[in-house]
Amino acid sequence: MALLETKDLGIVFGGLKALDDVYLKIEEKEIIGLIGPNGAGKTTVFNLLTGVYTPTKGAIRFMGKSIIGKKPYQINRIGIARTFQNIRLFKAMTVLDNVKVAMQQHRRYNVVSAMFRLPPYWKEERKMTEEARELLKIFDMEDVAEQQASNLPYGQQRKLEILRALAARPKLLLLDEPAAGMNPTETHELMETIRRIREMFGVAILLIEHDMSLVMGVCERIYVLDYGTLIADGTPEEIRSNEKVIKAYLGG
Amino acid sequence: MGKLKKKTGAYYLVNTVLTAILFTVLFLLISGRTLNNYWSGVVVLICINVILAVSLNLVTGILGQLVLGHAGFMLVGAYAAANFTRAVVTNGTMSLYVALPIAMVIGGLVAAVFGVVIGIPALRLRGDYLAIITLGFGEIIRVMANASFLQPVTNGAMGLSVKTFSNRTDPGAMFVFAFVVMALVIVISYTFGRSRHGRSVIAIREDEIAAEAMGVNTTYYKLFAFVLAAFIAGVAGALYAHHIGMIDPSKFDFNRSVEILIMVVLGGMGSISGSVISATVLTILPELLRGFSDYRMLLYSIILICVMLFRPSGLLGRYEISLPKLVDKLLHRKEKAAKTGEA
Repeated sequence: MALLETKDLGIVFGGLKALDDVYLKIEEKEIIGLIGPNGAGKTTVFNLLTGVYTPTKGAIRFMGKSIIGKKPYQINRIGIARTFQNIRLFKAMTVLDNVKVAMQQHRRYNVVSAMFRLPPYWKEERKMTEEARELLKIFDMEDVAEQQASNLPYGQQRKLEILRALAARPKLLLLDEPAAGMNPTETHELMETIRRIREMFGVAILLIEHDMSLVMGVCERIYVLDYGTLIADGTPEEIRSNEKVIKAYLGG
Repeated sequence: MGKLKKKTGAYYLVNTVLTAILFTVLFLLISGRTLNNYWSGVVVLICINVILAVSLNLVTGILGQLVLGHAGFMLVGAYAAANFTRAVVTNGTMSLYVALPIAMVIGGLVAAVFGVVIGIPALRLRGDYLAIITLGFGEIIRVMANASFLQPVTNGAMGLSVKTFSNRTDPGAMFVFAFVVMALVIVISYTFGRSRHGRSVIAIREDEIAAEAMGVNTTYYKLFAFVLAAFIAGVAGALYAHHIGMIDPSKFDFNRSVEILIMVVLGGMGSISGSVISATVLTILPELLRGFSDYRMLLYSIILICVMLFRPSGLLGRYEISLPKLVDKLLHRKEKAAKTGEA
């Protein structure tokens, strides 16, 4: 059974078919790329998978169960976490609190314990702080734990977003243009980070990216979207020599 | 970690001691009649306004939504509580000392029910739209209070007289209730803001889409913050009614809501200590300016405009003043001074 499977997935905005007939299949611990020219519908796929939009046709099955109609927070709790194309951190909160927000669905205590600081509050908060710090350590960010998220440099903000998504303990991680705005050195580092994440956390990763060196370097399989439909899928080598793909990117 | 816990414990102790001292001093001043009736009344009003400002801060500061119907929740709470005490105290079931705490809870609960009913549709909107719709609901509540079919509960525009403590035999009673509730509300909203629940609410303020994508049930937490604020406003309304001894619906109009909002904005949205300070100052200020009654509102407005011009984020912004930290700093300075002296 695949971790995530979509069948005949499509959505119509008004009269516009934004996506049509999208078939995706992701196995556990796979790293998959989703590429395509601007406006092809890549982020729309993410929004469908995470419940931001409801598809007008087709099926999405995650771990064998349909997730259509579920709200974004419910889908996150089942095990799909994402990052955003334009960074969406909780800017006025500390780095540590950013991580804790994603973590706290696993560390529950009720409002009364919170207001009167009863033992469950102390126990869960302490565990949460420890876990969050460990996670920050893995990404070499423990020294900025108490800093406000908006004060971080751009590269670290991107990293924090990935880290925050991982804090929710997902089985599938969706990365929306993680290398956007990065220089070649940073992109190379990111490639290492993505591989390391898969090993350490055992997650499958689906990533949207324009940087071909990253996509070709790290992905095991690639899906190509153009005008809302899949035009190709296969290994990086197959995609590189696929005529339809070349046509879509170069025009003609 | 152990050190941190020890420090937190010490902070709690300092805060408790300082609060107890403040309470004792004010109580002695009021019950010993050192403060005259008028100023004792002002002290109670300060407590009530602090409660209101801190509760509105939950919505405006922590959730980041503009709400203009706080006086409506106050009014609902006031009516519910007053009718309860009228019933039980008049027929002698219990004394007002026992009845008032129960009445406050009832007032809070009824206001919370209204909060749920209003919040579910209203919280689909945000920003200006939410402000306008809550303003509308607040006014509806006030107008309904004058409706003839509700006369048995509200006594309409004539005003409903409310049981009060006898000022002659026990001038400090109302102060005790108001102060205790105030302290409790401050503590609760502080700890709430620093728990997983408060963090969820703050995350919604910072970025609703990201919060939802990170597993925060945004609808639930928005409603929760709104209803909690409504509950506390209802309790404050109950206190207010039993302090003044009369519920006049026209006192709970749009202006009252704005007044509370100004306290929050002036103190700094998101800062509890800011709300406390500005609620205190803005309650005393109009009283002090009574001497220049013609120019009172003029001065009041000028002060507001100046603060907003020079400190647009409010007096404290999102910063919190912590007395124990202050004490800590002073002590350490002394230690340092002692050390350098030795050297």
